[in-house]
Amino acid sequence: MTAIQVRSLSKSFGPVLAVNDVSFDIAAGSTTALLGGNGAGKTTTLSMLLGLLLPSAGSIRVLGEDMVRHRYRVLPRLNFSSPYVDLPHRLSVRQNLTVYGHLYGVAGLKARIAELTDELELGDFIDRPSGKLSAGQKTRVALAKALLNKPQLLLLDEPTASLDPDTADWVRHYFQSYRRRTGATIVLASHNMTEVERMCDHVLIMKLGRIVDQGSPAALIERFGRATMEEVFLDIARDRQRPENPA
Amino acid sequence: MSEVFSPRRVGAMCLRHLYILKGSWPRLLEMAYWPAINMVVWGFTSQFFAGHSTWVAQAGGILIGAVLLWDVMFRGNLGVALSFLEEMWSRNLGHLSVSPLRPYELVASMLCMSLIRTVIGVLPAALLAIPLYHYSIFSLGLPLLAFWMSLMVSGWAMGLAVSAMVLRFGLGAESLAWVMIFAMAPLAGIYYPIATLPVWLQPLAWALPPAHVFEGMRALVFDGVLRLDLLASAMALDALYLSLGAAVFLWSWHGARTRGALLNMGE
Repeated sequence: MTAIQVRSLSKSFGPVLAVNDVSFDIAAGSTTALLGGNGAGKTTTLSMLLGLLLPSAGSIRVLGEDMVRHRYRVLPRLNFSSPYVDLPHRLSVRQNLTVYGHLYGVAGLKARIAELTDELELGDFIDRPSGKLSAGQKTRVALAKALLNKPQLLLLDEPTASLDPDTADWVRHYFQSYRRRTGATIVLASHNMTEVERMCDHVLIMKLGRIVDQGSPAALIERFGRATMEEVFLDIARDRQRPENPA
Repeated sequence: MSEVFSPRRVGAMCLRHLYILKGSWPRLLEMAYWPAINMVVWGFTSQFFAGHSTWVAQAGGILIGAVLLWDVMFRGNLGVALSFLEEMWSRNLGHLSVSPLRPYELVASMLCMSLIRTVIGVLPAALLAIPLYHYSIFSLGLPLLAFWMSLMVSGWAMGLAVSAMVLRFGLGAESLAWVMIFAMAPLAGIYYPIATLPVWLQPLAWALPPAHVFEGMRALVFDGVLRLDLLASAMALDALYLSLGAAVFLWSWHGARTRGALLNMGE
């Protein structure tokens, strides 16, 4: 089953073509990474998948719905997290979760917040203002907000950016466990190749607004004759040692 | 599938702002502070003019009533714009935009919060005027409700237009929330009849709802006449401007989706 179907997707900002005729499918229940250097078009693509940005051309179907025309049918079933988008700083963690819980129409909200507080170990700072938390604590709060509605689709922009290795490892482990338990689809944009190797079934590599390669991390590593995804990424970024028959 | 209009989501957005107000007494104090100071200053001015102006002497408190009603419009505008600016300051717009909250529900919550902020801001000043100057704006009776509503709706329309500009031009435009409404003040006839204005400016003044409201208030206070024609024209103009304000805001929201501004807007 397909969770996301993208066809001939393009986005231009004036003369700049940020995403250029991109097509791909993302299988339901998979974890897929969008990789690429700065300016490759990852965040633009992610924004279009979320319906935050209107495409210049092409179509996007998310969980069976046209994302341009019927995004409000899908939004209650997906969620999103990014280190570059905050929750209101002056509200406590509990207040933020309460507000978003009501926005998403979460049934049994108090119990759901208690459950997430327990799972994500928010207890020590649940009543502290969100703006006064450490980066690791903020990430866990953002995660709690992203999981409030038990989303079928999670879109994550650099989920472990600016986290220490221990917290980053904990976050990755949590996402893997969430996917196993719920069968949710996860799409992430990341610069962390270790993370991608560990978490993802499928990788879409973007460069200059196009998808230049795709496959599982293992298949890409094998095809490029490299030892790690980081080496594959550098080969693509620097136009080195292209495989003869890319997928 | 999410409902087309959800009072629950509107309530959630109001709750978000009420949490902030509940947790910050300086904010509550600040909201009531300026209207009270304004009223005190105009109260003394009224007392002075009462002995030196036959016009003011005819109706004690006319200037206090006018300043309180002007504050309703000012607070109405600020209440809308501040609710929106809060989202920009906290870089929360991205999360809201991917939630099931619809743009017009966001607008509805901004209007609700404006009503609450206006009551918190203006009511203490109105009550304070009673012991200080023996003037009760509530003596206007039921028409006061109509004046209040009309001026607040005018403030809402301007607040939505300001929010649209902030959405389009970024936080550099935020000072408009405080200053833009004052462009209307000379034409609104807050403290003087519209006939005082140069003849060529009067049609412009009559195109604005507050001119009808303040003229109506003076007719009620000086002549004891409720001018329903003025109220009706104020309401009709309010409906027009509010529709325009909402349309400009929603158009600006659509523009932000085209430009990709919703994800990275903020301080």
